[in-house]
Amino acid sequence: MKEPNRGKTLPIRGRAWKFGDDVNTDLIIAGKYKLSITDLDELSRHAMEGLIPDFAERFRRGDLIVAGRNFGCGSSREQAPLVLKHLGVGAVIARSFARIFYRNAINIGLPAAECKNVNRISDGDILEVDLEAGLVRNVTKGESYRITPIHPDLLQILVEGGLINYVKKHGALPWQLRSGR
Amino acid sequence: MAGVGKTISEKIFSAASGRDVWAGDLVVAEVSSAMAHDGTALLAIEAFEEMGGTKVWNPSRVALFLDHVAPSSNETFSKVHKRMRRFAFKHGISLYEVGSGVCHQLMIEEGYVRPGELVVGADSHTCTYGALGAFATGIGSTEMAAVFLSGKLWFKVPETLKVEIEGSLPPFVTPKDVALRVIGEVGADGATYQAVEFHGSTIEEMSVEGRLTLCNMAVEMGAKTGIINPDEKTYSYLAQLGLNPGRGFSSDPDAQYAKTLEFDVSSLEPQVACPHAVDNVKPVSEVEGTPVDQVFLGSCTNGRIEDLRLAAKILEGKVVKRGLRMIVTPASRRVYLQALREGLIETFVKAGCAVCNPGCGPCVGAHQGVLAPGEVCLSTSNRNFKGRMGCTDAEIYLASPATAAATAITGRITDPRSVVRA
Repeated sequence: MKEPNRGKTLPIRGRAWKFGDDVNTDLIIAGKYKLSITDLDELSRHAMEGLIPDFAERFRRGDLIVAGRNFGCGSSREQAPLVLKHLGVGAVIARSFARIFYRNAINIGLPAAECKNVNRISDGDILEVDLEAGLVRNVTKGESYRITPIHPDLLQILVEGGLINYVKKHGALPWQLRSGR
Repeated sequence: MAGVGKTISEKIFSAASGRDVWAGDLVVAEVSSAMAHDGTALLAIEAFEEMGGTKVWNPSRVALFLDHVAPSSNETFSKVHKRMRRFAFKHGISLYEVGSGVCHQLMIEEGYVRPGELVVGADSHTCTYGALGAFATGIGSTEMAAVFLSGKLWFKVPETLKVEIEGSLPPFVTPKDVALRVIGEVGADGATYQAVEFHGSTIEEMSVEGRLTLCNMAVEMGAKTGIINPDEKTYSYLAQLGLNPGRGFSSDPDAQYAKTLEFDVSSLEPQVACPHAVDNVKPVSEVEGTPVDQVFLGSCTNGRIEDLRLAAKILEGKVVKRGLRMIVTPASRRVYLQALREGLIETFVKAGCAVCNPGCGPCVGAHQGVLAPGEVCLSTSNRNFKGRMGCTDAEIYLASPATAAATAITGRITDPRSVVRA
């Protein structure tokens, strides 16, 4: 099943799934699956199973992942953000990200935002994320938190739904357009 | 910022972007080389085609490697390999076949990396090449497709963490032990988004192969790359490989660093990263005696000739403990041939090791040594995450080739200095 060909509707609203620090790419999707399954429907069924064995079953499209430091550390495998996007993760909010995971998330159109107050968020809280305003609203607790602003050039890639969709829409990569090529 | 010096990373990004840039700037830069392997290339190829790509920006600067599941152990991967071969043939890109070796070793041996260049790879351990004074970093598959199309990519010029390492390493204490010591101190995310620049007398004394081990592990502290100012050793290493080393950059003495850390390794003990985190580092004395089922010598971290020599020196005339298996995987065909010429392979085979073809071996848990529940592996590779070697209920310890060889002999985690007369 292909993702619809559009940018994310902002703001994003969903239920939080809370994780700790250093959630690595092997926990998001184990190497043994990545290296034996190429079908995303099948691969997604194993998302986060190292931490919550029935995560994919219980996850509802639009839910959000909230995590501590260094989310997505480890491999450069793009299957990690891809399985999350494929499951329908609305956004990943973390104290910090491993850099390749962050790049991959932006480039495939999975909203990812850094927030210093993730410790205020509990499992199951309803959150609203506004990437453009740089704000997470915790509906359950009636609080708001700042998220680190995303560079406008990168936000544009994200809003278009990732680099592939960007190229499909604009006929070229962002830097090819800017240099007039 | 006039009058302020630049780091080697700022200089490389300035050259690659054609602008005078500093840490924190977002730039679009031209890459010198790009690579992907059988774990990441398929998504890149699909993204390239979805983007309407018909021509690769510069086929001579792109390389594809079959190393993660090579020879293929299942039909899915056989199809991935087939697709990669077809793509490489169609676009005139070099494809390194099954048995050639680990992508990172081959990128260097085959001349894709020179000091001062910006290199990207769809693999997190691309940071290895920083040991040669290149800025080398791991990227994802979709952005690799963008590189295939345009030869360019967006980057944030990183701040730099300066790590000064002083002292001569004691016998049988290796660059791997230094890497683990530093990671244990800095932590798994202590250098996130930053470049880690290694300096000091230990680095000056260290062989280029040792520096490659050190920079290989930089990503395990979250770094964008590990990097070392090129010196005469760097240039002669490349010249010995038959390559034209060019001329790179070095950090200015007044360059700005986010932070400086100092280490003295003159009395360093062998180090071990314990399950299930690379920064869970202890001196070997604290874990000595832990029973081990499998030992792995190889990978992009420790599969080079100096690593094999060190392990063979310890294993010479000995046999691996009954009930334990040791897997040896040279990093490349060149390393394999050299090890054959020096009799190292004979030493390993006589000691009872399983010597596998050059490639990634069991490091990523897809073939050639998948663990069973409850088993313990001591590995010279770079990651010990839960599930890394194919089984979520197994434990992985990371250590040097010397500690690996000593452990294989006794069947328990062992300080190499206790089995050899230094």
